Amino acid sequence: MTAILRTGTGRTGFRLSFGGGPLPLYLGGAIILGWFVLALLAPVVAPYDPIYQDVAARLQPPSLAHWFGTDNFGRDILSRVIWSARIDLQIALFGVVFPFIIGTVLGSCAGYFGGWIDTILMRIIDVVLAFPFLVLMMAIIVILKPGLSSFYVAMALVGWVSYARLVRAQILVIKSSDFVVAATSLGYSHSRIMFRHLLPNAILGSVVFSMSDAVLVLLNGAAISYLGLGVQPPTAEWGIMIAEGQSFITSAWWITTFPGIAIVTLAMGFSLLADGLGEKLGVRE
Amino acid sequence: MNRYRFVLYRPLQLLPVLVGISIITFVLIRSIPGDPVRVLLGPRSTPSAIERIREQFGLNEPLWVQYLYFVKNLFHGEMGRSILYKVDVLKLIVSRIEPTLVLVGGSVLLALAITIPLATIAARRRGSLADHVIRLVSTAGLGLPAFWLGIMLIIVFSVQLDLFPVSGYGRTFLDKLHHMVLPCLTAALALSAVLTRNLRASLLAELNSDQATAARARGLPENQVFWRHVMPNSLVPTINLLAINIGWLISGTVVLESVFAIPGMGQLLVRGIFTRDYMVVQGVAMCFALATVMVNFLADILTVTADPRVKL
Amino acid sequence: MSDTVLSVRDLTVVVHGDGPPEAIVDGVSFDLKRGEILGLVGESGSGKSVTSRALIRLLPGARLGIAGGSAVLGGRDILALDENSVRAVRGGEIGMIFQNPSSHLDPVMTIGRQIAESIRFHRSVSRGEARRQAIDILRQVGIPDPERRYDAYPHEFSGGMRQRAMIAVALACDPDVLIADEPTTALDVTVQAQILKLLMDLRDTRGVSIIFITHDLGVVSQICDRVAVMYGGRIVEVGDKRDIIGNGRHPYTAGLVACQPAEGHPGERVRTIAGQPPRVGQMPPGCRFHPRCPKADAVCMQTRPPLEASGTAHLVACHHPVLNAQEVAS
Repeated sequence: MTAILRTGTGRTGFRLSFGGGPLPLYLGGAIILGWFVLALLAPVVAPYDPIYQDVAARLQPPSLAHWFGTDNFGRDILSRVIWSARIDLQIALFGVVFPFIIGTVLGSCAGYFGGWIDTILMRIIDVVLAFPFLVLMMAIIVILKPGLSSFYVAMALVGWVSYARLVRAQILVIKSSDFVVAATSLGYSHSRIMFRHLLPNAILGSVVFSMSDAVLVLLNGAAISYLGLGVQPPTAEWGIMIAEGQSFITSAWWITTFPGIAIVTLAMGFSLLADGLGEKLGVRE
Repeated sequence: MNRYRFVLYRPLQLLPVLVGISIITFVLIRSIPGDPVRVLLGPRSTPSAIERIREQFGLNEPLWVQYLYFVKNLFHGEMGRSILYKVDVLKLIVSRIEPTLVLVGGSVLLALAITIPLATIAARRRGSLADHVIRLVSTAGLGLPAFWLGIMLIIVFSVQLDLFPVSGYGRTFLDKLHHMVLPCLTAALALSAVLTRNLRASLLAELNSDQATAARARGLPENQVFWRHVMPNSLVPTINLLAINIGWLISGTVVLESVFAIPGMGQLLVRGIFTRDYMVVQGVAMCFALATVMVNFLADILTVTADPRVKL
Repeated sequence: MSDTVLSVRDLTVVVHGDGPPEAIVDGVSFDLKRGEILGLVGESGSGKSVTSRALIRLLPGARLGIAGGSAVLGGRDILALDENSVRAVRGGEIGMIFQNPSSHLDPVMTIGRQIAESIRFHRSVSRGEARRQAIDILRQVGIPDPERRYDAYPHEFSGGMRQRAMIAVALACDPDVLIADEPTTALDVTVQAQILKLLMDLRDTRGVSIIFITHDLGVVSQICDRVAVMYGGRIVEVGDKRDIIGNGRHPYTAGLVACQPAEGHPGERVRTIAGQPPRVGQMPPGCRFHPRCPKADAVCMQTRPPLEASGTAHLVACHHPVLNAQEVAS
């Protein structure tokens, strides 16, 4: 009776968890905060001027003077990577905020009012989703002329659909929930129900989604800049740096390698934050 | 609704989307500032050519009539002429389809070949070191810029190890295959990050499902339970995710064709943008949109036939 | 007809939590005779389902473990077998029927193949032979047009037909024992009666023994020969159906019977047993029923009552058993 024949395997030993518990949340938050501080303190932290061309120090491999080496114009890669964080964090922020606002407004209108507003909006969303994301953005950017502001416009025009769908679906669920029915029966006005009761609940899912969306926005922004359609030289931006370094991959691997690692770490920060936040708030994508 | 009728009716439901796609491309091309004829023909054009185009696209008519002309021309396969290449856009696109198809198809197959074993290990040894490593790597992989990954692979496999060509497409079949290994691997690695996370989650859910318990209660060994009952049930949503993300994959190939200098539709699009070859941009964008809609449609059919549970 | 097929002794299943392991199935013993339908009755959480899962060594949850006891079937102790031999028992000598056929059948495999798969695993027969046997079983469980239904998917069956299909899967390899875990709870009443009849027919024609797990005493009185009542992971009373229903000697059994809405007494208030069944981690000492028992005293709070004979083949675990009808008369 006392001899334990088979026990449930009590999981011991390696206990590092990704995508569960608070660790991803803190780790992701720390990574993003770290980049944010670097970007803010760029003038202080960066050892060199990011666009100063030191012709004497062209294509130098990583050394004590230039930790990440220099590019073909003799610019310091480390300094450029740090200054780029300002642009790329801005890309991730504005590239998410504009679609978030537009999508939330349109999606909540569709979900709340329903009827023909809903029908038309859903058809538009279907059509926008039919285009590959980047292709539609490029088609819009070509009309506007390449540049960062065009990128934001294109991002807003294309990116809102995911948020609209998300918020609309949330609102449809909550609309039939008990407390909204109660609020309606208490005689609250439409706008009051909408802004005081529906939106705060519906937005929770969008906030979590926006963290993983920031990853996509960041990658898209870098890709658009890599193709030469976004941020224009000589501004330091990770995507451009990678594009500029591609001609020198046989001789100077460091020009492309370090900006890419910068993108991966920042994107990972957002992914972890999205995982952790989703877990904590009980939101599944 | 009957399953077979669904297959017949679904295309009809696609009609509004197709109309929407044509409207958006029409609006896009008309939004370009300046005279549309100049846009269509480029800066140097003869008065007679201008008149012919005005006639063909009905540019003297009101806007909505112009749209109908546009659609009519589409049905005749008339997408305008490329300024740069001096050929019909449709012909140009057809000549560029093959590399893009190979790239998309190859990376999907490769991605599945990477995803299935990784997700299997992660799910079956949940909580093990291997599981944690796979989850960490796939989370990191979500934020991997494909164009950068491609360059890194070029540095390692082409420059250092000299195993694969740096760029281009090649002429013979084997040569083409040799050229496409790195681009496909790049796209596949980026794709498998998303797929592995998804497949691992559905495998874990299916491993704890009632039907898996019932299969074990029939005495089936764990391997058979996994491969015959758990995996088929988990793959359906993953394949579906893959299809939904086809637009994302196409976006990725557009960039990768630039990285590897592959003469496909993506490269055509990027060149078209830089040379302001608007008709090419319009044509390629529309083709990509059509392809996305088609793949999603096929995925719907696949899901319906592969997963009898799906409610129509 | 009275030889014992399955003999369970002192079966104990513990849950490993933060504290010391706690028995959620505690020293359960019973015999199952050939061709007998034994009801295992109790509230949810009484340990009846865990008991049945322990018999095929598929405990629900990694924190559960079998801590002792034996279950002898065909001369072998199931609880002492290695994993390979246990697999031969699962689906081979013990067939399992689950409560919810919709979720316990593989939705992307045809019914027929799920049966044939089992047959081919347990007996090395050819594909064609497995198919023939599977169709035969589908016919036996009353599925019309079995040749065609062999290739149907679970979702194409109605609820009742799906449960018949699940029974067919359980019967695939002609088991000695069927464990039916609330097999009719998810079905509506008319279908429920058909499934009960099917199970009784199978018992009569095949001589299969059935452990029938349920919380529904009405179903018990229809189908079972003997009944074991479980409370807090222990069997508190076991005996013939007549001994239990109406003549139960354990206060819990008596309460359970009194809770059944009696036929022919409309308007009468449905009675309930006061209090809640014990939860995992909070099992009371002594008799686990004592916090809810009207007759509990100091002994009940400290000493576990042994399962003692109260008549021929009637056992009760209670310090103060309820008087049965004869005793009241005398």
